[in-house]
Amino acid sequence: MEDYLSLLPALLRGLWVTVQITVAAAILAVPLALLAGLGRMSRKPWVSWPAAVYVEVFRGTSALVQLFWFYFVLPLFGIQLSAMLVGIVVLAANAGAYGAEVVRGAIKGVPSGQREAAVALNMTNRQIIRRIVLPQAIPAMLPPGGNIMIELLKNTALVSLITITDLTFRAQLLRSDTLRTTDIFIIVLLLYFAVALLITAGVRMLERRFKVQ
Amino acid sequence: MTPIFDWAFALEILPTLGEALIITIQATMLGMLLAVTLGLILALMRRARLRIISAPTALFIEFVRSTPLLVQIYFLFYVLPVTGVQMSPLTTGILALGVHYAAYCAEVYRAGIEAVPRGQVEAARALNMSSWRTAVGIVLPQAVPPVVPALGNYLVAMFKDTPLLSAITVVELLQQSKMIGSATFRYTEPLTLVGLLFLALSLIAAYGVRRLEVGLQRFGGKR
Repeated sequence: MEDYLSLLPALLRGLWVTVQITVAAAILAVPLALLAGLGRMSRKPWVSWPAAVYVEVFRGTSALVQLFWFYFVLPLFGIQLSAMLVGIVVLAANAGAYGAEVVRGAIKGVPSGQREAAVALNMTNRQIIRRIVLPQAIPAMLPPGGNIMIELLKNTALVSLITITDLTFRAQLLRSDTLRTTDIFIIVLLLYFAVALLITAGVRMLERRFKVQ
Repeated sequence: MTPIFDWAFALEILPTLGEALIITIQATMLGMLLAVTLGLILALMRRARLRIISAPTALFIEFVRSTPLLVQIYFLFYVLPVTGVQMSPLTTGILALGVHYAAYCAEVYRAGIEAVPRGQVEAARALNMSSWRTAVGIVLPQAVPPVVPALGNYLVAMFKDTPLLSAITVVELLQQSKMIGSATFRYTEPLTLVGLLFLALSLIAAYGVRRLEVGLQRFGGKR
């Protein structure tokens, strides 16, 4: 037990970075998903096309390839971003693209009669989305949204490959220092699992909060 | 001055990337083969009546699904040799991909099995069929075809996760492009080509899955 405790401080420092990236990317991903999801359903092609391209590109390529591209290729175009920023932005864009499909599916799931009734009541388009469609679509978005958050957490491990000292990177450092490979990776897996359980619990709470009676 | 995107250079490295693509596809295919087989076993174990079997299986599935694939790959890569199992990095990677996606496939199979009407199982029992024959002869033939498209989606997802194998020195598509990059100091072309290759192949695969879905519905796969 004592032995395990000696490994923890370094790993917890890494975990803190992992949590920061997850939270920052999640905060960025939610509006991205809403914008792209709603944008893709727009009747105006100059709105729906860019949204569709964004979603397809980020869903169609590998998250790691996206990270490398933004990390290695963007500087050649004169855009210098810190590794941390690249990590957060790319992971957010990736989660946002998957989230956009969730948003689209949930909105399509709202019965069309609801929208027609709102039109009949002379509500504006904006009012219909904000007051009628979204409140009914949000409960349907939450469970798959929670899964995307867990995917996001898992994807943060990839930032260790662009030199960010997150939990996975710390594990690698500690492994070369102490050679206690098995212990380290078991602790790391358990830490990720714990964070994932927290996310699941958080989503459950939100589900209760947004339940339509 | 060299142009931002050198087409001649891009064309020159395409064959090298093509060779690496074969490794990527090989890893995907073998990984998926493992995932669908192991996934089915996990799904059946999870539904076992003995809690000694079903509870640990459920925990295992949940654990594998909520921890990063990269860490699982490292775990197998570094820990298996300690236990005396020697495997090539590619084999280790395929094993990791297979086990990770088996956990996802198990949930897919479970959904399919749960959607089979109860009456089917009851009728099989009434006909005095063993539980093995009920599972293999009655439940699975009705449970699996409807979930094939969902499995297909995981095939595409696994394909997009193969670049993670570059972290354990497998020379797949991404690793090859990085090697070209570090040898020539040109990252734009190789990395962009890799991105485009992934995009093209996963769009084609996604289209294939959609066609499959339509085809299965025509053959009564829909319930």
